[in-house]
Amino acid sequence: MASELNTITVAAAQALLRKREISSLELTRACLDRVRAVEPKLNAFINVSEREAIEQARAADRRLASDGAAALCGIPLAIKDAYCTRGVATTCGSRILEKFVPPFDATVIAKLRDEGAVFIGKTNMDEFGMGSSTENSAFGPTLNPHELGRVAGGSSGGSAAAVAADECLAALGEDTGGSIREPAAFCGVVGLKPTYSRVSRYGIIAYASSLDQVGPFAKSVRDASILLRSLAGIDPNDSTCSARPVPDYERALTGDVKGLRIGVPREYFVEGMQRSVESAVRAALKQYESMGAKVDEISLPHTDYAIAAYYLIATAEASANLARYDGIRYGLRVEGANNIELYDRTRAAGFGAEVKRRIMLGTFALSAGYYDAYYLKAQKVRTLIRQDFERAFERCDLLVTPVAPTTAFRIGEKTTDPLTMYLSDIFTISVNLAGLPGLALPCGYDENGLPIGMQIIGPPFSEENVLRAGDAYERAGAVERRTAKV
Amino acid sequence: MTMALAGRDKYEAVIGLEVHTHLMTRSKLFCGCSTQFGAPPNHNVCPRCMGMPGVLPVLNRKAVELAIRMGIAAHSEIASYSIFDRKSYFYPDLPKGYQISQYETPVCKGGYIDLPANGGEPRRIRLVRIHLEEDAGKNIHAEGASLVDFNRSSVPLVEIVSEPDIRSSAEAAVYLQTLRAILKYVGASDGKMEEGSFRCDVNISVRPRGSDKLGIRSEIKNLNSFRFVENAIEHEIDRQIAIVESGGKVVQETHLWDPEREETRPMRSKEFAHDYRYFPEPDLPPLVIDHTWVDEVRAAMPELPSARRARYMRELGLGDYEAGVLTAERELADYFEAMLPGLKSPKTAANWVMTEVLRRVNESGRPLAEAAAPAAESGALLRMVEDGKISLNAAKTAFVEMLKTGKGAQATIDALGLAQVSDEAAIAEACDRVLAAESDNVAQYRAGKQGLFGFFVGKVMKSMGGKANPKVVNEILRKRLDG
Amino acid sequence: MAESRISLEQVRHVARLARLALAPDEQERVRRDMDEILAYVEKLNELDTSAVPPTAQVGEAGTPMRDDVVTCAPRADEMLANAPANERGYFKVPKIID
Repeated sequence: MASELNTITVAAAQALLRKREISSLELTRACLDRVRAVEPKLNAFINVSEREAIEQARAADRRLASDGAAALCGIPLAIKDAYCTRGVATTCGSRILEKFVPPFDATVIAKLRDEGAVFIGKTNMDEFGMGSSTENSAFGPTLNPHELGRVAGGSSGGSAAAVAADECLAALGEDTGGSIREPAAFCGVVGLKPTYSRVSRYGIIAYASSLDQVGPFAKSVRDASILLRSLAGIDPNDSTCSARPVPDYERALTGDVKGLRIGVPREYFVEGMQRSVESAVRAALKQYESMGAKVDEISLPHTDYAIAAYYLIATAEASANLARYDGIRYGLRVEGANNIELYDRTRAAGFGAEVKRRIMLGTFALSAGYYDAYYLKAQKVRTLIRQDFERAFERCDLLVTPVAPTTAFRIGEKTTDPLTMYLSDIFTISVNLAGLPGLALPCGYDENGLPIGMQIIGPPFSEENVLRAGDAYERAGAVERRTAKV
Repeated sequence: MTMALAGRDKYEAVIGLEVHTHLMTRSKLFCGCSTQFGAPPNHNVCPRCMGMPGVLPVLNRKAVELAIRMGIAAHSEIASYSIFDRKSYFYPDLPKGYQISQYETPVCKGGYIDLPANGGEPRRIRLVRIHLEEDAGKNIHAEGASLVDFNRSSVPLVEIVSEPDIRSSAEAAVYLQTLRAILKYVGASDGKMEEGSFRCDVNISVRPRGSDKLGIRSEIKNLNSFRFVENAIEHEIDRQIAIVESGGKVVQETHLWDPEREETRPMRSKEFAHDYRYFPEPDLPPLVIDHTWVDEVRAAMPELPSARRARYMRELGLGDYEAGVLTAERELADYFEAMLPGLKSPKTAANWVMTEVLRRVNESGRPLAEAAAPAAESGALLRMVEDGKISLNAAKTAFVEMLKTGKGAQATIDALGLAQVSDEAAIAEACDRVLAAESDNVAQYRAGKQGLFGFFVGKVMKSMGGKANPKVVNEILRKRLDG
Repeated sequence: MAESRISLEQVRHVARLARLALAPDEQERVRRDMDEILAYVEKLNELDTSAVPPTAQVGEAGTPMRDDVVTCAPRADEMLANAPANERGYFKVPKIID
């Protein structure tokens, strides 16, 4: 019994911990045992902090012994290696930061430490968040726990796989164009990208500043709600972070979706989509109707332009965000005769091919003579995409779509042509451009047993509704959660 | 030399100046590190101003307030909505690989600086803009390497750009002095050029006199003394005129001033440096400044030099020149006003400041507070002169002594025995003694040699050890000699 | 063959701006990738955006500001700890050329 503690949910663990039926130490050890068993196959973690995790678990148990422990006290979590963790190596999946040890914590990390959470380790990711499969990591790809020949998704592939394989109870990721939702769908877990500015970005290594958002991976929508409450809130260290009060998201999980107006964008059911993905999502919509929701087709006419706009805006912002990696103050350094050589050689050696490609594209999009045609144009199209959603939300409360056009593809299948990889972001990318909340949750399996995810999108700061809808569907039990075979 | 002079008649210089100055805030523009100069290397740094991964900027309100003050003082329009932009380039002292600055929407637009007339025509130099940006760190050159210190990284800067309204190196110097005085007046800057807190770039072109088209301009960067600015401008005017006169074309380039050789050098390979790829800073929402804030700032601002100068002329009866000298530096004007309570004649105080006080400042090269005794003591000395207790000369002597000893006015007068004798009886006695001893000269005076009056005065003063009140001596001698 | 949207010379120029040293074969590969992506993003031109304002941020407006107080304590050791090369408290870089 004790050895299966790693498979329980956060909600269940909270109850057991408070009743003193289990200890955080037992819980943490169960997770670490699992990590040891499956990591050689999965490669979900870049760094496992076994010693620190045990210390944190012991400290959490002491706090749990006296009453008033915080929500996540004693809960073992995995953290995407894009979050600065004080004293613990933070690589962002890149060689250029392989030995970087931040002297400070990201705000959300500090919050979680205050609550007494336990950090199992830092998870694998596409380098600097650039990718949809975690194949762009400098430390090898993370494999899909449901089928090892397939990708876990990206860029937060490590966190998604760690949750799916029960290496932890929940995990943190970061989503710029789908990096939480797509791996969640591929690995059959819940992944939430909150409204832009809902959660502080301070200390999260930046990819694209106006698109990046921090969010949880979990085994249930309830768990995701619990995590969001601890993560969200104002941060004086992040000027873009919202000051809106943080609701008790768990309270919103009433299970009731009667009268909920669900919009289904016709542009999200495209040619070339995997049949089973489409039928699973349509089945989910039928499920919602049977629970009293109203489902209507709507249109988001500028959907087709989202990828183009994203790959100009995100790469432009990234080209500036990654300019600080120059071998002078931290990170990899390749010597040169002068500063120019230092930059050129360090960056050439430290960045992978995809990162270089995006830096080049972004630099070009901002460069003299091209700024108007590329970057500025993309920001204007972004306005049109936002307006599409605003119009849709006049008629609906939420939108339901697939997360990706396919289930998890094979390792190496999409790496030859960057554009092919980019096109798989089609359903998630608009949500980042518009800054909206997006929840991915399992809604079926394909003929190979690979998980299929559906996405619930809401207006800004409507996480309560989004989570309520997701939780209601989950509770209806239409889809059973299958344990990863690894 | 002759050719240069002839060129100056034919051509006029068209000069615009860009001034960067540190704003006097305690903490940096985007983080809570101290801005204090002189700390050990990398002492006043944090993950933010070091450009570590994941950090984000948070704006210092005081820096914005000081920029608003400067805009008000320069008659600029304060933008109710302005944004920050990223300016990208690679240099070791720029930690993020971009500087957070302002590009299309500066916090202040337009405005002007009036240069004091000083005998000539008052000149108005228009401004293009004033904007906020963060400073970079500092590179120090070592053996075959460079050492980088980020203490200065992210210190707030304000950049003040003038229209090319300046026409000579002398005018450029006056503009810079006036600008610096205003910055000190509003408390925005300490104007200390040696600490690198006031830097100037010059944009300069030449054109035939009478033409209104602009020639090709070149840029001289990073001048940090007024003398360098004047020299660099002079040199560049001559250089450009020589090129144009010989039929060539001035190339638009950037130069670095070499103070040792006293000439400009083109900066190497800056072809790519100009593509700064500006785009709006996504980590900072737009800066919103509503008119309530601007009104509050305006109400709390110290009186500006031009207003103060006008007040001195209007209320204190000072002349244009004196008022100008006194208000040139805020500390001087503050010193002057602190002397006034109890004094009958502001003009006496004005003269005192312009002679005794300024002399001490100029001789010692130290700031006012260290170069001269406090204003209250100067005021006390002048009150004693007005009351006839000491002579003006005695006051001057005491003033020098007071700086050395740090003692007050009365104590110094007593210690040096400088108290003046105004007792009419005593003076009359001395006068009578002198006139009695100088009967020959008295006779000559009465016969018409009026010039001997001063001789008698001198004798009386000498006999009284210099302590007689000269006014009383004069009156009594006149009565004795003429009466 | 379709018209190229970016030349090798432009690729080299952009690589210089971005301080990335690309080997010659890398340059051609990058050129081809960029060409393909730039061709794809051209579809944005199908849209008339003349009357559309750009979105620079998706958050809520108004810059939060901080008080002018020194809140960072000096911690030179920590700040230099990750430095690949340092000397007497400074970060060391090779000779700087403009």
